[in-house]
Amino acid sequence: MALIEVSNLKKSYGKLDVLKQISFTVNRNDVVAVIGPSGSGKSTMLRGLVHLEEVDGGSIQVADHYLVKDGVYSSPPQIRQITSRMGMVFQHFNLFPHLTVKENLELAPRLVKKESAAEIKSRSTDLLEKVGLIDRANAYPANLSGGQKQRVAIARALMMNPEIMLFDEPTSALDPELTGEVLQVMKKLAEEHMTMIVVTHEMGFAKEVANQVLFMDNGEMIESGSPAELFTKPKFERTKAFLNRDRK
Amino acid sequence: MSLEYLIQISKPMLEGAQTTVLLFIIAIVASIPLGFLLTLAVQSRFRLLSWLAQAYIYVMRGTPLLLQLLFFCFGLPMLPVVGEYLVMDRFVAACLGFILNYAAYFAEIFRGGLLAIDKGQYEASQVLGLNKWQMTTRVILPQMFRIALPAMANESVTLVKDTALLYAVAVPELLHFAETAVNRDFTIVPFVVAGIIYLVMTLILTMLFKGIEQRFRFE
Repeated sequence: MALIEVSNLKKSYGKLDVLKQISFTVNRNDVVAVIGPSGSGKSTMLRGLVHLEEVDGGSIQVADHYLVKDGVYSSPPQIRQITSRMGMVFQHFNLFPHLTVKENLELAPRLVKKESAAEIKSRSTDLLEKVGLIDRANAYPANLSGGQKQRVAIARALMMNPEIMLFDEPTSALDPELTGEVLQVMKKLAEEHMTMIVVTHEMGFAKEVANQVLFMDNGEMIESGSPAELFTKPKFERTKAFLNRDRK
Repeated sequence: MSLEYLIQISKPMLEGAQTTVLLFIIAIVASIPLGFLLTLAVQSRFRLLSWLAQAYIYVMRGTPLLLQLLFFCFGLPMLPVVGEYLVMDRFVAACLGFILNYAAYFAEIFRGGLLAIDKGQYEASQVLGLNKWQMTTRVILPQMFRIALPAMANESVTLVKDTALLYAVAVPELLHFAETAVNRDFTIVPFVVAGIIYLVMTLILTMLFKGIEQRFRFE
């Protein structure tokens, strides 16, 4: 069953079309890797799903609810309801610098969710254990490494019990030796059957963990398929060119 | 120069310093919240409000504080028709001038703090489901104040020294008594003593702000 259904998504900045007729579906428990050169519209597409960007045309449907239908957005309460099903992890972490790790996790649930403080506390403890940072619970983000920050950001997003996790180049801002710990946490999530959409340059992760790969170029969805199909026998020249360039 | 002489001249100066401190406290307590409201007005969606706030800040920062003080103390009563209702105690008028002037500077400091906050903070708040009020009060403002602290400390030190402008509107304060003593006794010592008293005040203030910065280091 399709959890996310995107059809004919369009967006332009003036004369520049950043998204051209993007369509794809994501099923429950899918791990979708979105790859493509810089400026291909991957991030814009992902941000469109959580309403950080408004699209100019097309539809986004999440669990049979329209976020936007043929370019017309639902009401703000409906939008909130729909986007609350999704958690987002940013390239630059966007942790709250004035709050400790634990406070970062607990702020939004305390303000938004109708749960007891005890429930929230026990979940933040569980999640910090899961990402291996329980010993840094009282540290401020300034004192964490990039990899640790990103793991906190993942835990913070999970605090809201999302059905879908979106990752916008989660390892691109990290030193190479720190990407592993973040990818490890994401892999664990995938193994627990979290539905995930990951915009990434990590071809290894896309091959190993994703069950669907989308290739975007120049605002277009060029092709999609299983990692085996897309990486070994891409149908389109542009995909081939991108994958070859990447290999160098 | 005897110790008795130092004590003798210091006494009126310390009394004058009370006026200085009182003006400082009134000005800082009122101008920081007012400056914050001005920042909000500048950021407002309502164009007219934003424009008025910007014009206000431009005028208050673009003219000398001394001119503004003279305006409030001696200028307002000269206005036709309403002037006679605008005669204030000179200290009160000066307080008003300081508050209105410093509010404009604090507004600019807070605006700088807002600009320094990464847009990712807004995006993270939105994605986590915070509403606008929650985002502003729990995420944006705490960071804005933290970023603004060093500039606020600097501005506060300037305010301590600017209180000497009371001299120009004939409200007796620290500097006034120092100068009286200089003229009466024909010695430079009272100026030195006045300088030391100012230094002590700014030192206390600087340490206070250092303490606040330390408390909100987030490390």
